Amino acid sequence: MANDTAHDGTSSTGEGRSNGKAFWYLLLIIPFIATLWVPFYAGKDPELAGAIPFFYWYQFLWIIISSLLTAFVYFMTK
Amino acid sequence: MPKELNWTALIVFIVLFGLVTILGFFAARWRRGDLNLIHEWGLGGRRFGTVVTWFLLGGDLYTAYTFIAVPALVYGSGAIGFFAVPYTIIAYPFVFIVMPRLWSVCHKHGYVTASDFVRGRYGSSGLALAVAFTGILATMPYIALQLVGIQVVLAAMGIQGDIPLVIAFVILAAYTYFSGLRAPAMIALVKDAIIYITIIVAIIVVPIYISNHMGNGSGILDGYATIFAKVPSAKLLLAPKVYTVFGTLALGSALALFMYPHSVTGVLAANSGRVIKRNSALLPAYSFLLGLIALLGFMALVLAVKPVKPYGAQFAVPGLINLVFPSWFAGFAFAAIAIGALVPASIMSIAAANLFTRNIYKEYFRRNASDREESSVAKFVSLIVKAGALLFVIGLPLQQSINFQLLGGVWILQTLPAIVFGLYTRWFHRWALLIGWLVGMGLGTYMAYLQKSPITPHFASSTYSLHLFGQVIPGYAAFYAIIVNIAVTVVLSLIFNAVGLARGADKTVTADYEAADVIAEAVAIN
Repeated sequence: MANDTAHDGTSSTGEGRSNGKAFWYLLLIIPFIATLWVPFYAGKDPELAGAIPFFYWYQFLWIIISSLLTAFVYFMTK
Repeated sequence: MPKELNWTALIVFIVLFGLVTILGFFAARWRRGDLNLIHEWGLGGRRFGTVVTWFLLGGDLYTAYTFIAVPALVYGSGAIGFFAVPYTIIAYPFVFIVMPRLWSVCHKHGYVTASDFVRGRYGSSGLALAVAFTGILATMPYIALQLVGIQVVLAAMGIQGDIPLVIAFVILAAYTYFSGLRAPAMIALVKDAIIYITIIVAIIVVPIYISNHMGNGSGILDGYATIFAKVPSAKLLLAPKVYTVFGTLALGSALALFMYPHSVTGVLAANSGRVIKRNSALLPAYSFLLGLIALLGFMALVLAVKPVKPYGAQFAVPGLINLVFPSWFAGFAFAAIAIGALVPASIMSIAAANLFTRNIYKEYFRRNASDREESSVAKFVSLIVKAGALLFVIGLPLQQSINFQLLGGVWILQTLPAIVFGLYTRWFHRWALLIGWLVGMGLGTYMAYLQKSPITPHFASSTYSLHLFGQVIPGYAAFYAIIVNIAVTVVLSLIFNAVGLARGADKTVTADYEAADVIAEAVAIN
């Protein structure tokens, strides 16, 4: 194991040269929280256009938000 | 099921199917490379840019079976089927962070499969074999279900028997053999165009139809209001006791998605890690489409489309199409689904063939196999894999294929620690990863084995009710299995590292993982 120690040190740092930008990656946690906290959006109200339950339009909305967020992180870390 | 052949639909279907067949063979000449090399045949020479990758991965991940099965689940079980939406939302932030690193290290070392990477990273052929074996095992039933997708639409046009399915598959096998990954990449362009047209038409026309027949006839918005008003409340919203099922299905499936060999193949065929990052922001367009397709399940429910034996709820969308659309458009829509099955089936067979060739054949039978030999073995194995899937579909009841595919998801997630953790650190011990994998596979399979339903005594679902501190927490078996897998891997790594058990050589260095912005040139294979 001793001969691996030096190697471990370098390969476990992950972000390496992009330290200043790695912060932006944290934004990508938001979609996980928004979609995995199910009780938050499992209800019927508020309905969209008086017809579409919250459960459904909330999910469609998050497809768009998550995509925009990913694009934002892409440009910030480019 | 229609008793008579729907000739109009069939003619439109055959014309479109013929068109993509020609494209499939023509693809061999596209961005020409030496198809006697496995990275040319099996990865399209790693030269796909942002647009082609978008079509390729879109066609690869959002399969025909998804387009049949998700609305079928919504039709049969209601809101729980919408787990597919959060699933395909959170898959992409994960891909954005993790997959450029995999692309980078695989590009650097000429790795063609995730298993190649595991072999190089841990110096462990056992762990690499486990990853390759799981990949092939999980892929086979997935290919079989693509065939089921074709079978269902053929049945919807009144075609009986297995012969037409065999013909479709022989065509698929032939152009995959000749053109490799270029064939599905090129066909994906056509497939996605007609899928988008079909769905956009469906989500406008069907609600108007519903408004005219069941609502006040004022058009599309009234149609949607009618749909949501007529869905029984038990199906419209999740029962609180299944919140954990919904969440764990979404998370487990999202993490599993890019462990599948066909996803890895799509990722590695990109010409830079940047292409993958861009696609993480662009691929959700397909997730939006998938959400709309899920709604078709409710539309079929409201219009009282009848389930048809032996397909059951799987017939919801084809039945809906037959009910609402004229024959010529039905043929167009059915072609979209059938061609939508060809693209992933082709990529899956290529991915399984790459795994077999690189990580089983070359590793255990022919250490010194030449590049040319590698490529011809892979081409041959792609035929075997598809023939196996065909026998699966013809020989086994439909329910068996579905059960196996559910298990496939449970199994493939168990390879995540070896692949993803390895992209960040060498701390985990190869033997700990292997034992963790074994425990996860066993536990996940056992949890699914215990599930029974009126149709089947075992493997009825991949949801397991965990009893913990007097609470019952139902959740996705893959999710519970991966938690145990990771726990075992961590504990054993601590022990094995402490006692100094041999760790194997690591052929990679830190910089190999961070060159995602490099554009691939002609890549030499190691």
